[in-house]
Amino acid sequence: MTTLSQQTMVPPAVLGEAQDTAIAPKYVLEMRHITKEFPGVRALDDVTMAVRDSDIHAICGENGAGKSTLMKVLSGVHPFGTYTGEILYNGELVTFKNIRESEAAGIVIIHQELALIPELSIAENIFLCNEVVGRFGIIDWAKAYAQTSDLLHQVGLNIDPRTPIKNLGVGQQQLVEIAKALSKNVQLLILDEPTSALNEEDAETLFNLMRDLKRKGVTCIMISHKLNEIAQVADAITILRDGKTVETYPVVPGEVDVDRIIRAMVGRSLENRFPSHDSHPGDVVFEVRDWRVEDPNVPGRLLCKDISLYVRAGEIVGLAGLMGAGRTEFARSVFGRNYGIYLGGEILLHGSPLTLKSVEQAIDHRISYVSEDRKMLGLNLLDDVKATTISAWLKGVCNPLGLLDPHKVRSAAEEYREKLGIKTASVDVGVSTLSGGNQQKVVLAKWLFPDPDVLILDEPTRGIDVGAKYEIYRIMQQLADQGKAVIMISSELPELLGVADRIYTICEGAVTGEMPAAEATQEALMRMMTTITTTAPAVAR
Amino acid sequence: MSSDVETSLTTDPPVAEPVATASSREGASGPSNAGGGSPLQRVGKFISDMFPGGFRQYTMIIALLALILFFEYKSDGKMVTSANFQGLIAANTHVLILAIGMLMVIVVGHIDLAVGSTAGLVGVTMAWMAREYSLPWYIAVLVGLGLGLLIGAWQGFFLAKVGIPGFITTLAGLIGFRGAVIWISHSVAIPPPVELYHFANGSLPDWGREWTASLGLGSTGRAANDWPYEHFGLNVVTLALGVAIIIAFCYTTLQGRSRQLKASGVAPSLVAVLARLVAVSAVIGFVFYLFASGRPGTGFPLTGVVLLVLVLVYHIITERTPFGRHIYAVGGNKAAAALTGVSVPRTYFLVMLNMSLLAALVGILFTGRSNSAFPSLGNGWELDAIASVFIGGAAVSGGIGTVVGTMVGGMVMAVLNSGLSLLGVGSDKTAVIKGLVLLAAVAFDIYNKQQGRKSLIGRIMEGFSGTKSESDEVAVVPAEATTAAGVVETGPEIQANIDGITPAKLRDELTPTDE
Repeated sequence: MTTLSQQTMVPPAVLGEAQDTAIAPKYVLEMRHITKEFPGVRALDDVTMAVRDSDIHAICGENGAGKSTLMKVLSGVHPFGTYTGEILYNGELVTFKNIRESEAAGIVIIHQELALIPELSIAENIFLCNEVVGRFGIIDWAKAYAQTSDLLHQVGLNIDPRTPIKNLGVGQQQLVEIAKALSKNVQLLILDEPTSALNEEDAETLFNLMRDLKRKGVTCIMISHKLNEIAQVADAITILRDGKTVETYPVVPGEVDVDRIIRAMVGRSLENRFPSHDSHPGDVVFEVRDWRVEDPNVPGRLLCKDISLYVRAGEIVGLAGLMGAGRTEFARSVFGRNYGIYLGGEILLHGSPLTLKSVEQAIDHRISYVSEDRKMLGLNLLDDVKATTISAWLKGVCNPLGLLDPHKVRSAAEEYREKLGIKTASVDVGVSTLSGGNQQKVVLAKWLFPDPDVLILDEPTRGIDVGAKYEIYRIMQQLADQGKAVIMISSELPELLGVADRIYTICEGAVTGEMPAAEATQEALMRMMTTITTTAPAVAR
Repeated sequence: MSSDVETSLTTDPPVAEPVATASSREGASGPSNAGGGSPLQRVGKFISDMFPGGFRQYTMIIALLALILFFEYKSDGKMVTSANFQGLIAANTHVLILAIGMLMVIVVGHIDLAVGSTAGLVGVTMAWMAREYSLPWYIAVLVGLGLGLLIGAWQGFFLAKVGIPGFITTLAGLIGFRGAVIWISHSVAIPPPVELYHFANGSLPDWGREWTASLGLGSTGRAANDWPYEHFGLNVVTLALGVAIIIAFCYTTLQGRSRQLKASGVAPSLVAVLARLVAVSAVIGFVFYLFASGRPGTGFPLTGVVLLVLVLVYHIITERTPFGRHIYAVGGNKAAAALTGVSVPRTYFLVMLNMSLLAALVGILFTGRSNSAFPSLGNGWELDAIASVFIGGAAVSGGIGTVVGTMVGGMVMAVLNSGLSLLGVGSDKTAVIKGLVLLAAVAFDIYNKQQGRKSLIGRIMEGFSGTKSESDEVAVVPAEATTAAGVVETGPEIQANIDGITPAKLRDELTPTDE
């Protein structure tokens, strides 16, 4: 492994000089020698970057590289005085003490977790804390609605400003956030992982809007894990690693060398982003036939339309589908009818039919489901690592009296900490203190502890960094090698192609295709994920 | 779990446990081994071993002790007396028992406003039926407990099956059951079976009194007219109960330590554990001596024994049983719990059932103690119980709280009541003070647990060793979780470990070795 980091490192001093000679306010933002320390940790170490006017500037880096901290310094969340270095905005030194001051200057952050209130309408959300008031401080709703309509039009949304946020999809909510930023006369828009919850279509809409804003003179800073997206839209890229600037350079959208970014991010080449693996599938372990599930909220709407699929021992099967295609709903309804209204279909485990009416039964039959969204569905954030590890199979740590044995709990947790390489100070530490990748490993530990034969993983690598992804893939392959049947649900096609042995595509609750991963391409999968074939495809063996 | 599983599961060369070797975890075999740190670091380590689970959890105990000492001083020695402590237990057992059930309701994420009315309804119904049908006392008690279960099932049904929030379900109970009490009793007090009166006002049998008095033990003073000794002597049964508790506590603590040592090779240092045992034993011993040394014929109250048994049983239920884990799981994250195989409705139902059962028990005991079931029996008890739970460190959002903490919270309220009345403060002013104490306790708790803020011990450690505390990367305690005891303790252990793992080191470990 070469020390690429040394070669590609741009000495900040050089950059600094370059900027000092630039006289014209070519840069809307310059951050110079920013250092931010927390007790015990230097989160930012002499970070220098410059953002050209009307650019889309991407910031990449693994989790913990300092991206979010840098943006917090910029927006005044970490107020002036708690960091060293200087920030020049439109050529002037700025000293923001809080978000209000940075917003007044036209810098708006849109966080990964959207900050909209579901019960309130679009207009109420957009003008929250910024109300359009007439005389006597009374809100002028007519004016607010008119302005909202105008803003929504600018972001390409043609819906009633009175619509409650909860009725919008995530993509539309993202656009409302941007409209809200526009209402504050945004000049520099910061988007933190803007597409993490969007499907490809919504993401494309978002990128078009960003390009549109760019033409109107709004500069965007975009933090993202998704390098293909960065490659599409970015005009410049800054890569952070361990709180330092590794590289910052302009690019031409569409002609970005993704491998170069990856090398800089991780300090190593990831030619092989997916570990190589020879699979040796055995007999069919798990099979679902004609699975039919109704939406619990919308009577008559089918979430699963006669889905049939099977998994062999030692096989990793991918489920590809756009968000909302019914992948998660299928998995959760199979997993002890945790979601949806069961209408029909059968499950065969090791060839014999099985009725699962509760999650408990599913676990007892050695089926594990690692949910998507670990913070909402996977973890009790108040628990510590050891309590989480054993939570899905408490019987496994009980003494003959039926009481939990604290020593068994500890040794089980220690065992899985070692097996999965969970980096934590101790198993007594709260899961909320761990990084995303380690949290995901704790969730995995929780679902491996019941010793499943069938393991369903729903978006197992979302929101975790490249290195941790690699480790998760390795763990999945090792589980398959032990003869477990693995089902992997993912939105990332390269990941499915790289890890799965066989892939099913799902579109609007129906299986629309099945092919060995070796024969599949992203284009072919995407076609099947977006097309409903009228004739049901041959699915059974 | 098959053993061949996943020996190969580690994706990387096994991490060389940089963490466990950090100086803070050394003391495995006593202080002789803890030579790693400076003397001051060792002192910090000693303190953290002596107060496991974080110093913060002990702040309320310290506050309780301080309150007792304050009242002892202000009342010229009337606070810490046998008679006053006996009265303290007798007068507060009902709230403390309710608080145990209330803790579980609050941890699971709800609240029960109906416990006072439930206690009243059970007390009055039991006394009425016993009188009307001349039931023996044990049948009357069973009828009362059965009614409690019925009420619990009613509440649980509307909460778990129908899905009405606990607040609303039990608000209806608060109003409705109180009405039923008045309806049944016709606003007239009814006496319960006399055995209940004797039990609820009784204490442990007074054995060995004359013998110990002849030995010159116990306090002095004017006892009964025919008491021939200068000293009161001791209630030996009460004393024996105290000794039994001390032995059980020491045994389980030491056994736990040795098992931990055997399992992981790491345990708190023996000296610190012994210091802890001595301190706790001294407190328990003193309290039981106090109960034993009162006037002849007195001792530890029987209702107090009921309370002790319940505390022990519910401590085990909440900490050591799958059902207990389910309560915390549902309170912490309902959706995740459901996906983990926990039946959320069943958990809700059982918690409400249990709450009303305890409320029924309280109704029976209190009816016995006051020798009458009166229409206002139990008025306002729910609020005292809820206050005890929150002073004891539970979180309003659920998922956090302990039985022991709740008992400490309840005792703070009890000592305030008792101490203020000793000082001659009226019940009006007492209520004002109790309200302020509830606010102050929870505010202090929130202040202490806010993100990034160090515990007292953490600060001391920092001053001693120069190690710094957590950054926001390592201690992102969600803001909504910052209300109570048991949140991630960001004490010295973690701090030492941060120094052990740098991001660069983590990276090295992450890098796949390609050959």
